[in-house]
Amino acid sequence: MKKSIEELNAIRERMKQTIQMRSDNSNNVRVVVGMATCGIAAGARPVLAAFVDEVNRRQLKNVTVAQTGCIGVCRLEPIVEIYEPGKEKVTYVKVDENKARMIVAEHLVNQRVIEEYTIGAAK
Amino acid sequence: MNIVRSHVLVCGGTGCTSSNSPEIIKQFNKELDKRGLSDEVKVIQTGCFGLCALGPIVIVYPEGSFYSMVKPEDVEEIVEEHILKGRIVKRLLYEGDLKEAKVATSLNDTNFYKKQKRIALRNCGVIDPENIDEYIANDGYQALAKVLTQMTPEEVIDTITASGLRGRGGAGFPTGRKWAFAAKEDNPVKYVCCNADEGDPGAFMDRSLLEGDPHSIIEAMAIAGYAIGAHQGYVYVRAEYPIAVKRLQIAIRQAREYGFLGEDIFGTGFNFDLDVRLGAGAFVCGEETALMRSIEGHRGEPRPRPPFPAVKGLFDKPTILNNVETYANVPWIINNGPEAFASIGTEKSKGTKVFALGGKITNTGLVEIPMGTTLREVIEEIGGGVPNGKKFKAAQTGGPSGGCIPESLIDTPMDFESLAAVGSIMGSGGLIVMDEDNCMVDIAKFFLQFTVDESCGKCTPCRIGMRRLLELVDKITSGNGTLEDIELTEQLCYHIKENSLCGLGQTAPNPVLSTLQHFRDEYIAHVVDKRCPAGVCKNLLRYQILAEKCIGCTSCARVCPVGAISGEVKKPHTIDTSKCIKCGACMEKCKFGAIVKN
Ligand SMILES: Cc1cc2nc3c(=O)[nH]c(=O)nc-3n(C[C@H](O)[C@H](O)[C@H](O)COP(=O)(O)O)c2cc1C
Repeated sequence: MKKSIEELNAIRERMKQTIQMRSDNSNNVRVVVGMATCGIAAGARPVLAAFVDEVNRRQLKNVTVAQTGCIGVCRLEPIVEIYEPGKEKVTYVKVDENKARMIVAEHLVNQRVIEEYTIGAAK
Repeated sequence: MNIVRSHVLVCGGTGCTSSNSPEIIKQFNKELDKRGLSDEVKVIQTGCFGLCALGPIVIVYPEGSFYSMVKPEDVEEIVEEHILKGRIVKRLLYEGDLKEAKVATSLNDTNFYKKQKRIALRNCGVIDPENIDEYIANDGYQALAKVLTQMTPEEVIDTITASGLRGRGGAGFPTGRKWAFAAKEDNPVKYVCCNADEGDPGAFMDRSLLEGDPHSIIEAMAIAGYAIGAHQGYVYVRAEYPIAVKRLQIAIRQAREYGFLGEDIFGTGFNFDLDVRLGAGAFVCGEETALMRSIEGHRGEPRPRPPFPAVKGLFDKPTILNNVETYANVPWIINNGPEAFASIGTEKSKGTKVFALGGKITNTGLVEIPMGTTLREVIEEIGGGVPNGKKFKAAQTGGPSGGCIPESLIDTPMDFESLAAVGSIMGSGGLIVMDEDNCMVDIAKFFLQFTVDESCGKCTPCRIGMRRLLELVDKITSGNGTLEDIELTEQLCYHIKENSLCGLGQTAPNPVLSTLQHFRDEYIAHVVDKRCPAGVCKNLLRYQILAEKCIGCTSCARVCPVGAISGEVKKPHTIDTSKCIKCGACMEKCKFGAIVKN
């Protein structure tokens, strides 16, 4: 099918997010989900998927959603850490899909840490 | 829900393909499927990442883990550990500095990539070359759209001229000026050609570009067509590049489907189409006039210029011919502006240059550096130095048309002018590193042998002169040369250069001239001392058994294929030098270091 310039731009926008994942930009905000056995058993997989989906839907640039091994506090899994260049790392615990989407909206978009989800608030 | 959370990029360049990367892709798909991860993780075959010495290469994103020398057996572990459990498989990671660091390391921080700047190679190893949408994602075809809707042909040419882009095929002619000549011609039929013949031994820049990012060449050729008023293009690529040819053909088909090639592109009324022509792998067919003869279906022989192709080229029509890498820069220049390109490099050599690093170097592979980067930075930092603790002796650039840069000039900046000033050339980007074990006369002989074989035979200086030159150099390496032969060799070089018809003969003596310039003492050692200082030239070698070290174990005598070694058991042996064929088998066999060559 022949494409117009508008269609070319639409493909570009749709595909940009895909390619974005492959950038090696160390200035990116990194969302790291603990995906060791403990994390996966506690439901980290749908949490990771929710992050990827929400970041894509909002077309957030310069955000990398990555996974890591056991973070060490297995009883609080799923654990998600957010690294922003020049800021303290924020650790969220017992994250579920809804919380994941909230974290994207509040923390990544509105720049407000959701204190009650963080490790500091956990007992 | 179908959310891709991870990309596995597997290199599908020729190097990694020959070390089994297709099998790795198959294994990934199988392992992912087995664990129900196929929807979450995408496996992509990309073009060359550059670090060919460590292939096959696999990169897993978003972590950016760079796995090297991956074997099909390793795939299960990567899937199980990294993809399923998020634990990076450290033993397969490339380089210490990445291994030490945490998960969040950038490839750009490694020595190999730090000093590189990727413009021509911007998409190689990043996108799937067989998927036009991925090219589009990285601003693909934006430059074509912009040119067709917002710029006049003159503006396009002015932009290319202002960028300072010069031909990457060897001669370094300003690309904008070449296009302007062809644009000026008043003719309804003109052609745009791409030179992907790449005949230099050891060069693989153009192949990797076509394999890794074929759409950038297609887009650039359409832009060139618009600029000069051509509606048909040809890519001349050697048949020995099957992967490049296949990906180019896929890309052309996809571009036609999307209407980026064909009639009325983007509804602007501009028509342009592209076809591939396969070359049979003759070096001379890389020369522009011979290349066009070959496309026309004739024997690939050059003709004198003028008339230049811009006036009378393919099928006698005004034609431009540019190298693959030259074209790869064009969309980037249109998208980023000529100033951005001109801000990189040196005063007269703008932008970057891709080199194929080979020979005695740790990181064999493909690198793209800003013009003016020194040879030392390329060899010691990007290339990781000469392996096995050997000493760097010289670098050869420009292949059979080029010359050698000795160790004393290792701080030479790599740009058109500086390389010419030290008696070499930029060439198309072959960069062969030599260490103390290489004989420079032998290197010159190697390239002469190549050009003698590849001479088309049309003109006498090249056909006969080059053969005489080879005979002279051969005489020197066999130990039968005289000082007069060195003089004669030099004279003959100039004679061939001045009188040959095309660039092949005009440059073929360069490897001899530049080694004479920088390594004359080695030539003299061959004729006066009858000695090859590097111990390469067989005729001048002598194998000898040191009586004090030989214990008479007889293993050398048993391994000698011509029975040249004799001696009693437990007594020192001797070599009959008149029988010895200098194969070196005895020296390899001896456990006592009793055999030496000199
Ligand atoms: C013997 C010989 C072989 C050549 N081989 C190539 C080649 O393989 N690739 C190439 O791009 N140019 C080659 N050239 C240079 C071309 O003639 C021509 O200058 C070049 O393709 C022009 O493109 P550019 O201005 O983009 O560099 C060769 C020249 C000679 C004399």
